[in-house]
Amino acid sequence: MAFLVVPPIAFMSLFVVYPILSAFAYAFYDWQGLARGEFVGLKNFKEVLFGVTMAPVVWNAFLHNVYALVALMIIQNGGGFLFAWLLYKEPFGFRFHRVAVFVPVVLSTIIVGFLWKLFLNPNFGIVNQALYSLGLDSLAKPWLGDSSTALGALILANAWHFVGFPTLVYLAGMQRIPPEIIEAARLDGTNEWQLLKNVVWPLVAPSTTILFTLLFIGAFNWFEIPYVMVGLDGSPFGTTDVLGLVFYRTAFGNQSASIQNFGMGSALATLLFLFIVVFASMLTLWLRRREIQF
Amino acid sequence: MKLTRRILMGAAAGSFLLSGTAAMAQTELTFWSWRQEDKAFYQDVIKKFQAKEPGITVKFETYAPENYQTILSTALAAGRGPDVIQVRAYGNLETIATPGYLLALDKQNVPELANFPEAALAAETLRSDSKVYAVPFAMQAQLVVYNKKIFKDNGVNPPKTWDEMMALTQALKAKNITPFANGTATAWQNETIVGGLLSSMLGKEFETDIVSGKANFTDPRFVGALAKLKDIGQYFSPNFTGVDYPSSQQLFVAGRAAMFAGGSYEVANFKNQNPTLDLGVFPAPVLKAGDQALIATYYDGGYAVNAKTEKKDAALKFVRFLATPEYGTSFTNTLKNLSPIKDIKIEDAITQDVAKLAENSMSYLMLVRFRYQEPSGSVLLQSNVQKMLAGQQTPEQAAAEINKGIATYYKPFQK
Repeated sequence: MAFLVVPPIAFMSLFVVYPILSAFAYAFYDWQGLARGEFVGLKNFKEVLFGVTMAPVVWNAFLHNVYALVALMIIQNGGGFLFAWLLYKEPFGFRFHRVAVFVPVVLSTIIVGFLWKLFLNPNFGIVNQALYSLGLDSLAKPWLGDSSTALGALILANAWHFVGFPTLVYLAGMQRIPPEIIEAARLDGTNEWQLLKNVVWPLVAPSTTILFTLLFIGAFNWFEIPYVMVGLDGSPFGTTDVLGLVFYRTAFGNQSASIQNFGMGSALATLLFLFIVVFASMLTLWLRRREIQF
Repeated sequence: MKLTRRILMGAAAGSFLLSGTAAMAQTELTFWSWRQEDKAFYQDVIKKFQAKEPGITVKFETYAPENYQTILSTALAAGRGPDVIQVRAYGNLETIATPGYLLALDKQNVPELANFPEAALAAETLRSDSKVYAVPFAMQAQLVVYNKKIFKDNGVNPPKTWDEMMALTQALKAKNITPFANGTATAWQNETIVGGLLSSMLGKEFETDIVSGKANFTDPRFVGALAKLKDIGQYFSPNFTGVDYPSSQQLFVAGRAAMFAGGSYEVANFKNQNPTLDLGVFPAPVLKAGDQALIATYYDGGYAVNAKTEKKDAALKFVRFLATPEYGTSFTNTLKNLSPIKDIKIEDAITQDVAKLAENSMSYLMLVRFRYQEPSGSVLLQSNVQKMLAGQQTPEQAAAEINKGIATYYKPFQK
């Protein structure tokens, strides 16, 4: 059996474990541009978490990751649950809708980001054009340039892109529920809300565990949509900054504004990795406990 | 990310091995650049060089500008990378030169350095050892590009003073023409706008005072100039806070806006996209008549030699070729970018204008002086001007924020 086990282990070690460990090691050194300088212990970590220069940027970005997590939990996973329930009831044309809701998931994030950037263009994008043609001129905005709407726009674009995934997972979960349980509940005269809350929701708990954990990891690793739509700086003035962007700028530099610092970038990556591992594990354990076997 | 890095290192290693085998017959140099748009020009240059040096071939490879620094850094850190490297200047150069990845150039190994003015060499000099590490390739300027046809149709002339500028923008707007195509959604655009519109109001003396620490960024000259910029912001493209760099370029290229505050490098690009455009350039307007009109200039980067290359002689020959007036002439005339090489005959009328304006210039301040440490002056200027133009802070607040950031490491401000 060794021929089945060794290649994947070697692959994982080389491309996953080794880079993570080396990033961890980089974080303890001072970097002169690209050359590793002397060992500085926890200095980079201290700088990232508490330094005058880095800390405000890092915590600002962290807060945005938290917003994204909460908002996506409601819109993306909540929306997915509702869509799944609607599809579960097999309304007219549900096969079409099932595919339609999943199509954006298979598009590349670069394309989705670019598409939404066009939609949201303040002067010729279809969002504002639609508002103008409905006479709602006062609602038209420079969505990605307005600090009060930019982050929300990114979150919506992300939800549009991925909502098909929770929909499909929940739908599969719902289809696993033995029909007689739902029949019995209906016969007992439960209304739709009670049915969802007391029967369906607890019984799709395994799907919830997977979806919440994946979303947690995704929200804290969020990078592509912000990078494509608002650029490396978290424009406008840091209101869409997330940890992924801060990491990239710090480690690799932003050619139009900043310099490279591998040490601090690695420290940030390490902290982010530890944070995600610890909290994702806790979340999974907690969510597992509420799963019911049937 | 990590995975990409591994793959890149692998790719770099692969090309290194390949170039090694090719060297048996001839010396093959690899030459990396981010200037994808100039590929045809460089192929032509290489052909000319090979006619002179038949024993050497040069392989030109380009990478996307936004990833170039990352790819180059990783290749160099892995002990590989190309033989000849197009590098950027100032802080970006230091990142690569400090760890010793670049070969120091001097009048012995590259006598052609004598063809360059001091300021150009300074841009490619490492501050810690005062050695030059690259042959400069271009000087860029921040100024105002304008559409001559729109100006003529509306009977207006390039403004000299700020009051004329305000009157001009009002007149254009009254006729439903967007005065400035600029938007502020792309952060770095805010820095080019400051360079293009405010240089004359800041003045060379302001730069000297900042460098010596006699003044800092809360200086009335800086705050006053920012206030003027805030005034004129209303004449940028509609919904300018959401207009990104490509959208603002399109607006100008389509002839729907009269002016574009930006870099001299835009001119050739605009002309390529719409050859019918009749363009002109003018410097930032002065506060009161009689003041000196200035543009903001910087050196874009240079050609460096990999310190670890085994083909040092061939690489130096190529770099010396890129430092000759013949090369500078063809660079300027083909790409319509200013070569820093002295006494070059320029054919293109707009490039001649830029060259003339460049005789009177201040530095593109944050890039030239404050991009060596974090938070860089550019990061601070870009985000705070963006915030100010969005109406979220006053010019005083913007200036104070910029000053506070730079003062965390800039000794002259800490007194």
